[in-house]
Amino acid sequence: MNLTLKIWRQKSADHKGQLVDYIIEEVSPDMSFLEMLDVLNDQLISKDEEPIAFDHDCREGICGMCSLYINGEAHGPDRGITTCQLHMRKFKDGDTIYIEPFRAKAFPIIKDLIVDRSAFERIQHAGGFISVNTSGNTQDANAIPISKDAADEAMDAATCIGCGACVASCKNSSAMLFVGAKVSQYALLPQGQIEATDRVLNMVKQMDEEGFGNCTNTGACEVECPKGISLENIARMNSEYLKASLKG
Amino acid sequence: MALNSKIPSGPIEDKWTNYKNKIDLVNPANKRNIDVIVVGTGLAGGSAAATLAELGYNVKAFCFQDSPRRAHSIAAQGGINAAKNYQGDGDSVYRLFYDTVKGGDYRSREANVYRLAEVSSNIIDQCVAQGVPFARDYGGLLDNRSFGGVLVSRTFYAKGQTGQQLLLGAYSAMNRQIGRGKIKMYNRHEMLDVVIVDGKARGIITRNLVNGKIERHSAHAVVLGTGGYGNVFFLSTNAMGSNVTAAWKAHKRGAYFANPCYTQIHPTCIPVSGEHQSKLTLMSESLRNDGRIWVPKKKEDVEAIRNGSLKPTDLAEDDRDYYLERRYPAFGNLVPRDVASRAAKERCDAGFGVNATGEAVYLDFADAIIRYGKEQAHVKGLDEDNPTLIKKLGKEVVKAKYGNLFQMYEKIVDQNPYETPMMIYPAVHYTMGGVWVDYDLMTTVPGLYCIGEANFSDHGANRLGASALMQGLADGYFVLPYTIGNYLSNDIRTGPISTDTPEFEAAEKGVRETIDKLINNKGTHSVDYYHKKLGKIMWNKVGMSRNAKGLKEAISEIKALRVEFWEGVKIPGTANEYNEELAKAGRVADFLELGELFAKDALDRNESCGGHYREESVEESGDQKGEAKRDDENFKFVSAWEYKGEPSDAVLHKEHLIFENIELKQRSYK
Repeated sequence: MNLTLKIWRQKSADHKGQLVDYIIEEVSPDMSFLEMLDVLNDQLISKDEEPIAFDHDCREGICGMCSLYINGEAHGPDRGITTCQLHMRKFKDGDTIYIEPFRAKAFPIIKDLIVDRSAFERIQHAGGFISVNTSGNTQDANAIPISKDAADEAMDAATCIGCGACVASCKNSSAMLFVGAKVSQYALLPQGQIEATDRVLNMVKQMDEEGFGNCTNTGACEVECPKGISLENIARMNSEYLKASLKG
Repeated sequence: MALNSKIPSGPIEDKWTNYKNKIDLVNPANKRNIDVIVVGTGLAGGSAAATLAELGYNVKAFCFQDSPRRAHSIAAQGGINAAKNYQGDGDSVYRLFYDTVKGGDYRSREANVYRLAEVSSNIIDQCVAQGVPFARDYGGLLDNRSFGGVLVSRTFYAKGQTGQQLLLGAYSAMNRQIGRGKIKMYNRHEMLDVVIVDGKARGIITRNLVNGKIERHSAHAVVLGTGGYGNVFFLSTNAMGSNVTAAWKAHKRGAYFANPCYTQIHPTCIPVSGEHQSKLTLMSESLRNDGRIWVPKKKEDVEAIRNGSLKPTDLAEDDRDYYLERRYPAFGNLVPRDVASRAAKERCDAGFGVNATGEAVYLDFADAIIRYGKEQAHVKGLDEDNPTLIKKLGKEVVKAKYGNLFQMYEKIVDQNPYETPMMIYPAVHYTMGGVWVDYDLMTTVPGLYCIGEANFSDHGANRLGASALMQGLADGYFVLPYTIGNYLSNDIRTGPISTDTPEFEAAEKGVRETIDKLINNKGTHSVDYYHKKLGKIMWNKVGMSRNAKGLKEAISEIKALRVEFWEGVKIPGTANEYNEELAKAGRVADFLELGELFAKDALDRNESCGGHYREESVEESGDQKGEAKRDDENFKFVSAWEYKGEPSDAVLHKEHLIFENIELKQRSYK
């Protein structure tokens, strides 16, 4: 199939960006979306043009490195997948595809389609952990029984890959789904209880300082999340936050 | 230099304890004056960085991704082994040790493997304490599953995302130390050289991938946890950025490179779909518990399937060749990875591959669906003779077990594996070879350590499933933090290491010259053009089946390709900006050297062992006729290569393997 691509090009954070048109021909429906960009880049290089910069690494939907806002949707038109798992058979001959970076004040553009998501890192530094040293002398793993339901729910929250699709999809650029998932994972486990108060207060404080917006319960984040992280995690974080605020 | 593996004396079960009791320690006040560099933030590097910072050292950690959480350990699916014996099925430290040595086809070092088995259960305790949500049973205790090559159930798991959860555990431990200021994290940085001062590793040169800045970083010791080099094949299950550069630069600075030819080729991956293919996707080993592997018996059926006039589901049972069940009746579809991969290649080479390229075999769940369906109908008291009902019930069971894998397959291939058999083919997955290390995990360069997949030490010639995660975390959490202390105890009076020395100057200059040479090359082809060519040579001549003629050809072809690359590669843009082509070029330049050493090592090892199969070394008679033949008399050693300029000049050093606790046997799966 032949496609028209409108791709965001921006030399660096300090430069102005714009959409640039590219024509790509003979795209195989079996290609992944990123392989289609590989082919385009190869053509650009052979024409002495600069290839399009985009983030990617594992190409199997788990590392969270790839991003892209495709035709107005984070990770493109399919559900429950990342951009690297999107295949060209989702498009048809003659389509025009808009490819933009994840846009949010807290995710400044580095180049073209690459954004700086280090705000997520700083939120995790503020409290995304349980304070236990590596000793080899912690208690036996089975000394802490955890109900299967709680363990499964904690696992569902923990599957977040930190890609930032939730932020990009939210009209307020809120990071509540991302932060809620981490807070929930620990809130659901007994190991996480000891530091629950500090954790939620510190992580939310950092989230606010990074310039992410608030949650207005639109739910776009849940729809676009490649890992199906549920809105319940935001509710749980709010309840944890309220509890923690009352305790002080 | 003679190799000294520094294996402690005494009985194997006491070695590690005695070692820990006798080493020199660094007191907490002195640790504050000692810096350690950790390169790579996967399970090995991440766990090491966190633990060293907890102990009080000043850690500088580096990764090329935008976050430590994205290292490729994240993609491991199945699980992590530990000798907990929670199932009461007879597991023990000794059994885990024994299985790992045997699974590695008797080419690993006993003392290291025993220590790995010994600390395995601490890993599970530590991870649970960190909040890793392992799978549990209804009583609230931890669940286990079984993996290939063993007779017990010792694999802990978190759905099909065990690697992700363990890495996020190590990442959380790192985050705590980053928050405390004990780890200084450098994301989007690539290590481009090791700096040696007075014979010791004292720092690294890095390139900031965002702005291209070349930086000097010093420390009292340098740790590499930089993963494997499977991407030398271009196509592999590794991440796109996985590379050998850090390990290769260390090799060029004096670290011996061990057993480069030991590669694991995983039998169940999604086949290549075309020239555009950028990477391969693994389908978990667990599928072979229920899937039956086959190709058609007759060539005319193969043709009909390829041109679409025959559906695989319409082929009569008698016309199918379940070749693993035929060749290995005892283990059937559950033979180890290396055996299953070679058998698939043998059938496809003989012309029985079932897709357009002729490189795919079927993995069929139809029988499992009927078997489970009948069982469910029986349990629920429903009609066991109603085929539609049976199929429906059976599919539900298969979906519960493998649903996420089936979905992944469908997204990539656009076929429904519940209705038609999956197509699979072997792909490069893991490299057992790597930088040579002693019992302390130190390379042949003092103060330079290597951990996880990047070193060679624990898996011999073939790695068992669920053991990679175990080794990464064992090295980083429980082994290196002790052994490195023993070395650093001599550095308490050294003081800060200056980067303003001739050694740093020279290393930086070398890095800059290479970058200038690449960026200013007025070539014609992109980096991938050469990388793909290298991959084809490696796959065709240094892949699943190797012979002297092919290996010699590969050596000269890689040598010629290296010349072509340096003359013809074209890199757009400049060096002082984000430039992925430039980063890739540096990595491929190193793969082009490693690839030759890899082939040289494979040529030198004229025996078949584990993942290394030499056509010249097969059983010629008896019931093992045609199977791989190990040669303990001549090859019971680790090949450690010393850099001397060109890869062809590398000098071989042998570490002879001594087996005091395990009797060497031929593996048989008939």
